[in-house]
Amino acid sequence: MSLVFAGVVSHAPGITGRAQRAEPAARDRFYAALDRLRLEMEETRPDALIVVGAEHFANFFMNNMPSLCIGMSDHYEGPIEDEQWLAIKRRRIPGNAALSRVLIERVMQSCDVAYAEEWKFDHGIMVPLHFLTPRYDLPVIPVNINCQGPPLIPLHRAWAFGKALRDACDAIPERIALVGTGGISHWPATPDSGKINVEWDQQFLQRFLANDRTALLGYTDAQTHREAGQGGFEIRTFLSVAAATEGQTGQLYCYEPIPIFAVGCTVARMTVA
Amino acid sequence: MSLYQVQKLIYELNRSPEHRQRFVADRAAVLATYELTAEELQAIEQPDIGLMYVMGVNGQLLMHYAALRGFEWDAYIKAMRDGLAQHGAVRTGLYVAAGSLS
Repeated sequence: MSLVFAGVVSHAPGITGRAQRAEPAARDRFYAALDRLRLEMEETRPDALIVVGAEHFANFFMNNMPSLCIGMSDHYEGPIEDEQWLAIKRRRIPGNAALSRVLIERVMQSCDVAYAEEWKFDHGIMVPLHFLTPRYDLPVIPVNINCQGPPLIPLHRAWAFGKALRDACDAIPERIALVGTGGISHWPATPDSGKINVEWDQQFLQRFLANDRTALLGYTDAQTHREAGQGGFEIRTFLSVAAATEGQTGQLYCYEPIPIFAVGCTVARMTVA
Repeated sequence: MSLYQVQKLIYELNRSPEHRQRFVADRAAVLATYELTAEELQAIEQPDIGLMYVMGVNGQLLMHYAALRGFEWDAYIKAMRDGLAQHGAVRTGLYVAAGSLS
């Protein structure tokens, strides 16, 4: 049993880049929940943190788009975006190529994944790291699920990937923390930025926290697009964490719809058994 | 229609500070290396962020091009809304109604 921690967090660039424009009380509740998750993750003494993200054309583009990719480097760099725009300073982030390789080979037993020895983190990973590993002293293993450029991996394959990731973690002695990061309903970077379907989010979170596999796999992209925006495709990251903790439930630490952050800001922890 | 090429330009600008410097120094020379229509060239040059949105450029790319060209966040959102009013509905890509998504 080497998966020691699992959670999910939001990653929208406004969370850091437009921090001053948010309603302070809601923002601070969200930040406090992120800090709670950080402290609890630290208590599990992880050797590495796997971040399952949904990056936004920073490394993966329509010329050669992997549905699934795992980083395999001793270091990464981020953010790729303008430092002022994101309000996060560019820096080197530690990785662990040897550990990545072991995990990738294990995952490949049941799931085809690409790997990348170079990876420039965008806000999709940098915003979570800014709060969860603020000292950048924990090796990070980045994982990407293409949630941006259709055709997208079917939800049941994102689930299978989460299972494969769990099997890989359980086969190694290192202590692994797993954090999925995506939006639920949101329409990022469009004229509808700031729109949040709170009812949809709450139903999704209820299903996620109950780890209701049938309900979670019951979503279709057409329905998600219609009701939760193209940003809703990022539920794939949540599903991979649910799959990695199948049979266990979770606890919601925060759900705050913050329009200037363009997302219902979410922090949750899943039980790992 | 070469939406792929427009998006590729922005993707490459985002990834490479050197590419951005070349673009700022000699925009025409950089643009000549992409297969772009006259309308796309004009929209990129001006820049007409609203038209680029209507053409179907993904916002995760477009917001960075807008920032590169000096658009603050609110101005970026306004430019897309103005584009919809001026040029009509989004023509292709993710922001068209989701009918084609299974």
